[in-house]
Amino acid sequence: MSILVDKNTKLICQGFTGSQGTMHSEQAIAYGTQVVGGVTPGKGGQVHLGLPVFNTAREAVAATGADATVIYVPAPFAKDGILEAADAGIELIVCITEGLPTLDMLAVKASLDERGIRLIGPNCPGVITPGECKIGIMPGEIHLPGKVGIVSRSGTLTYEAVKQTTDPGFGQSSCVGIGGDPIPGSNFIDILGLFEDDPDTEAIVMVGEIGGNAEEEAAEFIKSNVTKPVVGYIAGVTAPPGKRMGHAGAIIAGGKGTADDKFAALNAAGVATVKSLAEIGDSLKEITGW
Amino acid sequence: MNLHEYQAKQLFAEYGLPVSKGIAVDTADEAVAASNQLGGDRWVIKVQVHAGGRGKAGGVKVVSSEAEIREFCDKFIGTNLVTFQTDENGQPVSKIYIEECTDIETELYLGAVIDRSSRRVVFMTSTEGGVEIEKVAAETPEKILQAIIDPALGGQGYQGRDLAFQLGLEGKQVNQFANVFTTLARMFIERDLSLLEINPLVVTGAGDIFCLDAKVAIDSNALYRQKALAEMRDASQEDERENQASKFDLNYVALDGNIGCMVNGAGLAMGTMDLVKIHGGEPANFLDVGGTATKENVAEAFKIILSDGNVKAVLINIFGGIVQCNVIADGIIGAVKEVGVTVPVVVRFEGNNAALGSTTLAESDVNIIAASSLTDAVEQVVQAVGGAA
Repeated sequence: MSILVDKNTKLICQGFTGSQGTMHSEQAIAYGTQVVGGVTPGKGGQVHLGLPVFNTAREAVAATGADATVIYVPAPFAKDGILEAADAGIELIVCITEGLPTLDMLAVKASLDERGIRLIGPNCPGVITPGECKIGIMPGEIHLPGKVGIVSRSGTLTYEAVKQTTDPGFGQSSCVGIGGDPIPGSNFIDILGLFEDDPDTEAIVMVGEIGGNAEEEAAEFIKSNVTKPVVGYIAGVTAPPGKRMGHAGAIIAGGKGTADDKFAALNAAGVATVKSLAEIGDSLKEITGW
Repeated sequence: MNLHEYQAKQLFAEYGLPVSKGIAVDTADEAVAASNQLGGDRWVIKVQVHAGGRGKAGGVKVVSSEAEIREFCDKFIGTNLVTFQTDENGQPVSKIYIEECTDIETELYLGAVIDRSSRRVVFMTSTEGGVEIEKVAAETPEKILQAIIDPALGGQGYQGRDLAFQLGLEGKQVNQFANVFTTLARMFIERDLSLLEINPLVVTGAGDIFCLDAKVAIDSNALYRQKALAEMRDASQEDERENQASKFDLNYVALDGNIGCMVNGAGLAMGTMDLVKIHGGEPANFLDVGGTATKENVAEAFKIILSDGNVKAVLINIFGGIVQCNVIADGIIGAVKEVGVTVPVVVRFEGNNAALGSTTLAESDVNIIAASSLTDAVEQVVQAVGGAA
């Protein structure tokens, strides 16, 4: 088992014929993901990468039975794309696109929550269950099927955590990049809950960063709901207050959401925290006895 | 993106909100002419910078003569204003705003932000206006009243009235406040704001509600559909190198240390800075070359890092996902040759084509220190600047 996606996941791609959509769909197919088609309005009926192109997500779902979608459309159209996928009855929407206006996400999130549809992202690397299904832009070859669940707000930082669990041979059950935006479709708590319930996940690595209070909320959740060992890392200990560090979310306003606050909250919840990102693997080894 | 007060007040006026008449000027002569145009015998004159705390720093004054206006303009135009919200260099003053004087009976606070936890636009108001609202929030949180905006419905009149009565407003002020509230809620959504603050919102001697100050920030991701607001951008209030970086899709933030950092991904860039610090070094900057770094923007990133005279060594940490390490290697070699790098450069490659990237660097004639791991890279760069501080 795994979370969110596996070898049975049928994926379509919105923004399929664009450069991003094409490149990452090629890689997903090469990885073994069941990509069943794509959506580009106006290009319905064409064949791209050997797969059917549809004008709308509704048509794509009707023809292929897709249950997941990945969105690469530019930011001004991403809200539209997410809501289109939701209306087409797709249960898992992964939005890679970065730069969505925050108020767009506010509206999207409210609408999806009402319908119980899961969104990963935006502004994220995606989701992967190693050896089975890769949805997103992460390099497939660094992953290894295994027992560690990884959830992270950052792309390349996720890859570091993956490498440190692949090198000693632990491998990953699934890896989820929830994205660095202020309003993510799914947060740490959503994904931690899934990992807790997944029998193949034996330990969890959580990679956070400064800004907001998602990590503090996750710590509260872990305290009462997560029985599996968790290693936590927070990026941005040295970031000066009030500066925006790339991810829209990574800003410390008014002294709230500092790395120190987050480390303290995670420690209090029994999470093994590491101050150095190079020590994630070692810490995991220590707390699990592997 | 931040607006100046005078720009924010233009926006307020567009929405029919109660603001004083005022004129933004560039020179003392224009300021005097503006005071004549506004009429009356007393005006408020304010420096326009993207920072709070102007009043405490002397940048806001009530004036009643031409001499005072000239004195104020001569003192500030062309200088930098340092407030408790700026760094030690302060913000450059090029615009002055002069407006009609408002007689103040009571000072209130009204602000709005997007709250991440509730995922709603939240308005906050308080009777403790005109002061540092951060202090009020920390010391007497019960004095801050809140209203949550339903994204489907917008701000409602009853919410505004409820706040108004709780603030102790009476008579016509209640409906005036409710109107300000619902109008601002509409403006927040229509104009893609990320922050809105009126401190103080005042009750005048005549008993009317008035927006005396205005602070507005716009969601940078939404500027493509807020063209009029995008044109109000004042690049002089932003860091020059940060602006140059953003032209090349680079994300740069200047810091105080001497180790220049070039990393792909914002999270990894922060994590790398943290590691530098753990090993006793001081990062000179945060720089994210992005997920789709090309030869060109790697070269540009190099130039920006080296334009900081404090940089004594450069650390490059690339975890290739989409980015191929050999492409980065080519960019590094090109940049080193083009700009003539004289400081040590430590490179760590991992992921996509990492081995090829390392070989490319090793076979080139540029002087680069190859690192075997992340920790090794950080140790080497800290050593290159003379060891831990």
